[in-house]
Amino acid sequence: MPYHRILVVGAGLAGLRAAIEAAGEDVAVLTRVHPVRSHSVAAQGGVNAPLANVPEGKEDSPERHAFDTVKGADYLADQDAAELMTRLAPERIYEIENWGCPFSRTPEGKIAQRPFGGAGFPRTCYAADRTGHAMLHTLYEQVVKRGIRVYEEWLMLDLIVSGGRCRGVVAMDMVSGRVEAFGAEAVVMATGGAGRIYARSTNSHINTGSAAAFCYMRGVPLKDMEFVQFHPTSLYPNNVLISEAARGEGGYLLNRDGERFMARYAPKAMELGPRDIVARSIQTEIDEGRGFENAYVHLDLRHLGAEKIKERLPAIREIAMYFAGVDPIEKPIPIQPAQHYTMGGLDVDKDGASELPGLFAAGECACVSVHGANRLGGNSLLETVVFGQLAGAAAVRYVRGLEKTGPDGSALDTAVGEVEARIGELISRQDGERTAVIREEMKQVMFEKVGIFREEGPMREAVEKIRELKERVKRARVDARGRRYNLELISALELPAMLELAEVIALGALTRPESRGSHFRRDYPQRDDANWLKHTVARWTPDGPRLEYKPVVITKWQPEARKY
Amino acid sequence: MKFTVFRFDPEVDKEPRYSTYEVPVGEGTTLLEALLWIVDNADGSLSFRYACREAICGACAMFVNGKHRLACKTQVKDLRADEVVVHPLPHLPIIKDLVVDMSGFWEKYRAIRPYLIAEGLGDRELYQSHRDRQAIDEMLNCILCACCYSSCPMVWTNPGYLGPAALLKAYRFAADTRDKGGRERLKLVAGEDGVWRCHTVFNCAEACPKDINITWSIQALKRKLARAAVGLKP
Ligand SMILES: Cc1cc2nc3c(=O)[nH]c(=O)nc-3n(C[C@H](O)[C@H](O)[C@H](O)COP(=O)(O)OP(=O)(O)OC[C@H]3O[C@@H](n4cnc5c(N)ncnc54)[C@H](O)[C@@H]3O)c2cc1C
Ligand code: SF4
Ligand code: SF4
Ligand code: FES
Repeated sequence: MPYHRILVVGAGLAGLRAAIEAAGEDVAVLTRVHPVRSHSVAAQGGVNAPLANVPEGKEDSPERHAFDTVKGADYLADQDAAELMTRLAPERIYEIENWGCPFSRTPEGKIAQRPFGGAGFPRTCYAADRTGHAMLHTLYEQVVKRGIRVYEEWLMLDLIVSGGRCRGVVAMDMVSGRVEAFGAEAVVMATGGAGRIYARSTNSHINTGSAAAFCYMRGVPLKDMEFVQFHPTSLYPNNVLISEAARGEGGYLLNRDGERFMARYAPKAMELGPRDIVARSIQTEIDEGRGFENAYVHLDLRHLGAEKIKERLPAIREIAMYFAGVDPIEKPIPIQPAQHYTMGGLDVDKDGASELPGLFAAGECACVSVHGANRLGGNSLLETVVFGQLAGAAAVRYVRGLEKTGPDGSALDTAVGEVEARIGELISRQDGERTAVIREEMKQVMFEKVGIFREEGPMREAVEKIRELKERVKRARVDARGRRYNLELISALELPAMLELAEVIALGALTRPESRGSHFRRDYPQRDDANWLKHTVARWTPDGPRLEYKPVVITKWQPEARKY
Repeated sequence: MKFTVFRFDPEVDKEPRYSTYEVPVGEGTTLLEALLWIVDNADGSLSFRYACREAICGACAMFVNGKHRLACKTQVKDLRADEVVVHPLPHLPIIKDLVVDMSGFWEKYRAIRPYLIAEGLGDRELYQSHRDRQAIDEMLNCILCACCYSSCPMVWTNPGYLGPAALLKAYRFAADTRDKGGRERLKLVAGEDGVWRCHTVFNCAEACPKDINITWSIQALKRKLARAAVGLKP
């Protein structure tokens, strides 16, 4: 039975940074894919830090960065956390550069920075349009250098809690199908976002959110889960991200009548309005029958000319050609809005500590919160390294302060038994539906009824539907009975956990009668600071989530209207 | 469209077999989408690796109609064939179906000290000119998918050979102006199992789904070694 004093679950940027911080202790990383396959690898645009490396950014400072973050968050971010993140940003960025991260350079040989939406200055550091890839490979290299143990292709299936504290996790070796308990004094969750609960998502297939859901089902509360970011332009039909740069360079959005419809929604900013507004405008066109095949509109780059497209937007051109068979030089790109980022997550403080002793979390699976109701582009990569480091350090302090340590044998055995029973039931059941059917229904209802536009009636139906699916999944079956690398079994084991998250999102959204950031209610289009300037905290009960609320930390900036 | 997929579970099967599936495909359908369709609708026991579905994570490398490819980056219609035949990466041990054992690949990656060797400054970046950064851009594109490694005849016949991906990584650092690992890392790639094993047959560059000219980097490493051998700065 494996035992480590600190176990990090997840090997994206947040998990690897936490593990590096804890390298002086007995630490190991557990992940469902090889570290460089983690979704962080897909981030394109860049990572924010107020380095003031370019002339137009000379006046930038951590304080300006914190303000932009808070305003972008529609004032739901905790301001002390935003200030902490932006204060530590330069340190973390110089550190990862010193470790080898190949950032693009200014003419003076410094880290280059470019402008990004919602930021007062060019403060987004980048490595061409492959920033996540550059950062993740660098951190993995540092993990190799330090010889940190990585358990690859292990799927976490439960959190072990005993005597009021976290004692490890249960996981399945995907290759053999063997279930094991991993004893640990501290667990750092860094399992990324939950985008795949939605029918359309820019996220990797492995971003199911199930690992965080298993913690939730063991009593760790989730915070602000109803805040889900939708990106305006993802490729139709498979929702690969088409970066904002396409519109930045002058791309047009056109409906089936060839009309630049943004003129009706944001006459000044046109295509370059804020993400949430552009996403809502596109969806309205589609809903009102002015899209194509009731599914998408066109992003037209043709007028930019072949040369500009090849020079400035090569990656976008490749994506359109590889994944939709469309060369943007000749044809407009079919695009539609898609789920993009999970603002909510496990409720943790600035050290990544949850209310359960020994359980920490960082990165997209956590909610500190710095993104509030709406994340700014470039801030989530920053969050992973800043709070990954803090959570790793806090886990070390925690385990060093413990009096009695060592694996809790009986708790670990019980936990393994429970997971084995779950698997046994699934693969022995002869009748029932296949789980893939239920999964697709969940994704559909989430996108249609708890998506870009929200309203009481449809959301009530969504909550009902999810409860029905939760019942159906208890009687579902899997056909593939072997234990080795069984993709159907893996997906079936994750589905009940995904449904728990879906329920928290839907109920949280239904219960919040206001519009704030990404959460847009047709029936309550205004922000309501008097009653709803507060975080939603969801606690698991057998009958569904119990919602509580807690105050937002305000330090310097009183909420004002979010105008750009 | 007809998909014929290699199947083998070494713990159960005596020998490999093939499964055939009829999968609905449309404009732009990728091989990965077709495989996922099979798991959801036809046969949940089919095993393969995948994650990002946008050609950046390197998980889904396989051998398709006689060529190394990423499943997610392959549109089935582009294959211009009546049938799609899918095998795992050739010359790697099979775990199950299309899932191969990559441990040898990673062992060689680790062997070249794949990290920047430099004294950090802590409070600011290490200097690097724009031009010097551009010079390593192509090598940075590697997604560690092992297509090159699986295609290299020298890897097949010499189990110890470091192989194209590890050597490319070695050159990525050797050519990074911030790196101080110079001679030390060159020593690691100089041995019998290093660059001299490469016979420049270009299979690797041909197989790379990110269009990296790996052979060029290996040649550049050889030049550095030759300079070092005669006492010049590598
Ligand atoms: C297409 C795209 C582009 C983006 N571009 C940007 C950008 O330019 N700038 C920016 O700031 N942000 C960007 N983001 C957001 C940013 O990339 C992510 O928020 C961030 O990378 C998340 O990192 P992470 O370490 O929290 O999780 P991830 O990188 O998602 O890693 C999660 C890890 O958890 C593991 N895991 C998950 N579940 C389990 C389980 N059950 N058992 C075991 N292991 C498990 C996985 O194996 C993986 O290693 C982008 C997001 C997308 C989708
Ligand atoms: S060029 Fe060298 S590394 Fe590439 S396939 Fe040929 S022998 Fe192998
Ligand atoms: S060099 Fe190309 S083929 Fe080889 S591992 Fe890297 S991306 Fe894959
Ligand atoms: S799934 Fe990531 S490269 Fe194909």
